[in-house]
Amino acid sequence: MSHELVPHLFRTEFSKITAVISKFLGLEHLEVAEDIASDTFVVALETWPFQGIPENPTAWLYTVAKNKAKNYINRHYLFTGKIAPQVKSTCPNVPEIEIDLSAQNITDSQLQMLFAVCHPAIASEAQIGLALRILGGFGIDEIANAFLTNKETINKRLFRAKEKLRQEKVQLEFPPSTEIDKRLETVLTTLYLLYNEGYYSESRDAVLREDLCLEAMRLTYLLLQNEKTNLPPVNALLSLMCFHASRFPARKDANGQLVLYHDQDETLWNRELITKGIYYLQLAAQGNKISKYHLEASIAYWHTQKADTPEKWENILQLYNKLLVLEYSPVAALNRTYALAKANGKQEAIIQAEKLQLTHNHYYHTLLGELYENLDNNKAMACYETAFTLAKTQPDKQIIQKKIDRLKT
Amino acid sequence: MDEFILIFRHEDGQKLASPEQIQIWMKQTMDWIGGIAAQNKFSSGTGLPFDDARVVRPNNVVTNGPFGEIKETIGGYIIVKANSVDEAVEFAKGCPVLQGEGNSVEVRKIAKADNVH
Repeated sequence: MSHELVPHLFRTEFSKITAVISKFLGLEHLEVAEDIASDTFVVALETWPFQGIPENPTAWLYTVAKNKAKNYINRHYLFTGKIAPQVKSTCPNVPEIEIDLSAQNITDSQLQMLFAVCHPAIASEAQIGLALRILGGFGIDEIANAFLTNKETINKRLFRAKEKLRQEKVQLEFPPSTEIDKRLETVLTTLYLLYNEGYYSESRDAVLREDLCLEAMRLTYLLLQNEKTNLPPVNALLSLMCFHASRFPARKDANGQLVLYHDQDETLWNRELITKGIYYLQLAAQGNKISKYHLEASIAYWHTQKADTPEKWENILQLYNKLLVLEYSPVAALNRTYALAKANGKQEAIIQAEKLQLTHNHYYHTLLGELYENLDNNKAMACYETAFTLAKTQPDKQIIQKKIDRLKT
Repeated sequence: MDEFILIFRHEDGQKLASPEQIQIWMKQTMDWIGGIAAQNKFSSGTGLPFDDARVVRPNNVVTNGPFGEIKETIGGYIIVKANSVDEAVEFAKGCPVLQGEGNSVEVRKIAKADNVH
């Protein structure tokens, strides 16, 4: 049996089966749906090595899942029938069960599940965890690893989130169209955070990091499949993700070390993803509201042009100006200052950088070091040394060390 | 942290700048605001275009624009967050409007909703 097949099917099918069955049973039976999906894979593992892999493994899994769901419902009816005989008279026959695992119903169920797990009653960490578990089919170990925490914490977090879904009586359905914009905002934040978790995560498991990003992209793409949620900010978010993802192959060297943007071999950038990013960015331009995803995607677009042109940095600077007016973040403030140095010169950028007062942030001191380089190398060295002490991860320390070494020579 | 409004006053709102000057002025303004926002001190703000400007006087007399007969016009405002009026004044000092002879930026504290100043 091929090594790849089962993990691959697990990734793609577990979440579909879970979504469709919980849609059928009701979200309060989410755990039952997860169990049925897991059991389906157990049956596959018990059968396939001996009988061979079926011709259409996906269809096989769906059939088994359907039968398991039917059996569960039958048993459930029998049980309630025994302990509550009056049910028998009102509901004598188990109705004909038809579980719809068609592509359309899978997509709809997954989308509705996405809105359910991104319910405002659930904390954002738990939203991401649930999305990874139920929609991405990630294992508890993998999720714990991605969040740099342990299995127990994740289990507790997911358990509480599911309780919350039950308490709030969240249904698997599309929010009413009047509420879509508001609920979509939470969904997009979750997908954005999920992507960032993969892109900037401090976890060193490189493969997993990419998986998180790809999962976030898949779910964002899912939103575009439905006309109700195929909206400008969603297109902008997917565009942003495509642009960033286009640099995946260039971000790591042969030893798995992070390669900074400037040192990347741009021939390794994925042109197809860049083209896709541009395509979705154009679609995103159809509304009259600019979201932070529009601005970030536009910034990412300019970064797909490696050459330093005045036009590039001026555009990036203005986009950061707008982004910060829309929503402050320390990362955007630092990036804006870098763009300011490129567009307006280092002297002006230093004056503004020192007003940022992000003194506990090692990126802040790294940036100051870069700005002082060639103007005041002693100051630059002092900044890099502060940055080195503040940096938490080995890859970050290595990058700063390289700058210190370069300055010494 | 208090909020202060920075009101831009132009001595002569009718003075027309060249497209190049407008371009430079726009960039400076955007960079100035971006610099305040990068410190997480920007609340809101907008320009006040002179198109479709009217002045309404007693007895419902309506005239075009606040131009001509009065000396100063308001070109826009921003609201910033600052620990003191001095900090707000520091922000105001960077305002590109001040490059124009006779222009000024007025700094005023915004009354809080609870009316306790």
